Amino acid sequence: MIPDIVIVIAAALFIGVYVSWRAGRIDRLHARVEMARAALDVTLLRRSSVALELATSGLLDPATSLLLASAVHGTRDSASTGRPRDLAESDLTRALRAAFSQPDFRASLSGKEGADELLAEVEAAAHQVFLARKFYNDVVAATREARRRPLARILRLSGRARAPEFFEMDDSLIAESSGAPIGK
Amino acid sequence: MKIGITCPYSWDVPGGVQQHVRDLAEALIDEGHEVSVISPADDDTPLPPYVTGAGRAVPVPYNGSVARLSFGFLSTNRVRRWIKDGGFDVLHVHEPEIPSLSLLACWVASGPIVATFHTAIPRSRILLVTYPVVRTGLEKINGRIAVSEAARTTLVEHIGGDAVVIPNGVATRRYRKADPLPGWPGPGGAIGFLGRLDEPRKGLPVLLKAFEVLGPRRPGLRLLVAGPAADPEEVLHKVPAELRDRVVLLGQVSEEDKARVLHSVDVFCSPNTGGESFGIVTAEAMAAGVPIVASDIEAFRQVLRGGEAGELFATGDAADLARAAGRLLDDPARRAGLSATALAAVADYDWSVVARGVLSVYETVVLGRTQVAVIASGSEFS
Repeated sequence: MIPDIVIVIAAALFIGVYVSWRAGRIDRLHARVEMARAALDVTLLRRSSVALELATSGLLDPATSLLLASAVHGTRDSASTGRPRDLAESDLTRALRAAFSQPDFRASLSGKEGADELLAEVEAAAHQVFLARKFYNDVVAATREARRRPLARILRLSGRARAPEFFEMDDSLIAESSGAPIGK
Repeated sequence: MKIGITCPYSWDVPGGVQQHVRDLAEALIDEGHEVSVISPADDDTPLPPYVTGAGRAVPVPYNGSVARLSFGFLSTNRVRRWIKDGGFDVLHVHEPEIPSLSLLACWVASGPIVATFHTAIPRSRILLVTYPVVRTGLEKINGRIAVSEAARTTLVEHIGGDAVVIPNGVATRRYRKADPLPGWPGPGGAIGFLGRLDEPRKGLPVLLKAFEVLGPRRPGLRLLVAGPAADPEEVLHKVPAELRDRVVLLGQVSEEDKARVLHSVDVFCSPNTGGESFGIVTAEAMAAGVPIVASDIEAFRQVLRGGEAGELFATGDAADLARAAGRLLDDPARRAGLSATALAAVADYDWSVVARGVLSVYETVVLGRTQVAVIASGSEFS
């Protein structure tokens, strides 16, 4: 017969290992959230800078240029304008969509030096934002789910780390009206 | 003179710039000039004969809100064709710092260009006017007009150069005659107010306080209040319950109804506590010939000729307003006198006078220059 004390010690050990594994998982999830957020930030910045390059390229008319530049400015300056980052980034999406969804937009630029490359770059950057945001929100969802488990709540396994927030914005690649896509 | 005017905002949406362009164009036509306006407009909008539609404006985020603007190469082509066909002696663009038709017109045109700046440009937008594409357009402007001292100041400080200040005119004809709203002013008399209800500087709280004094003493007296508010109920709740049914809120009213509101009251009140550079609403009330009681701020003192064309009361002082309004309500002869003086005084601010000021700017910039033309496509950046 195994003495009771051994069973108790084994059970305590098992619970300890399990709890520590759960805590470690939540910790790793938080780290992944941070990495995903950094990646999302990089894609957003990249999109802003390519959009600004398009705005100042001289390929577009000054009104479209100014619209894009103003939207880029809004994403960089969201702290001082008081407009939240997600709304400012959505504004940039809509400004890009308004520019790209003009009828014959591409045809009007084809043949101009560097136009095709720049448009492709904007589209690629916009598509990367779409992907990075999807990955970020996936890991945020997994983290929030893990934090919500009863054991995690009772034992406060997430420590003082705050629950990560989803990043919601308009990054839809297809313009509703004309069907002209931004990104592929 | 053949004049081409560009309006950056949709013709079918009410707004200060659109109104200005319309009044200016009509005043210039009355003076015998040939005027053509190009403006974004929905295809099914009925346009006056002097307006060319530049197609539907597209709603886009701009400066933290959604604006309806015309941009892109299709709009550029329309503006180019309009200039080419117009053969204008002068091109007058409004708000060229907005990404819309006026900026496009500056871009494709050469020759005498006059620009009118309507708003004080917020700091965040100042950076943007330094973009080369925009600067190239703005640098072609030969004469600049600001509609207010505030608009001129931002222009001078942030874009450089100077501008002449020519304030908005008043379309006095539009206010001269109108039918009162049914049942107004009524036997007990009525006092009117026009403006945002929840903007403290427009002074409605001062008028409501004065009505607490006037109301109980004059059982038939009513207040007619027109203007938008985020929460009209809240405004009404500041009025004592027993007077509440004598305060009538109309909400935002159309231009036509504005004239009718002015003709529906015995006394019009401008209780502003500040922040007015001219007091366009007060001037419109003068044009309607309704006796005015206004706060003693610089702008009103000026337009009301120091009190000859309207009663002035101590700014923000409800008791003084109650006294002044009461005196006017009791004295029909004084009311008739103020009304006649106001009608004469407001003629100085009529659009016909303003249009002559604008014309002299045109005449200065066309001296020694050729007609407005389109620069060769593709060389816009040279």
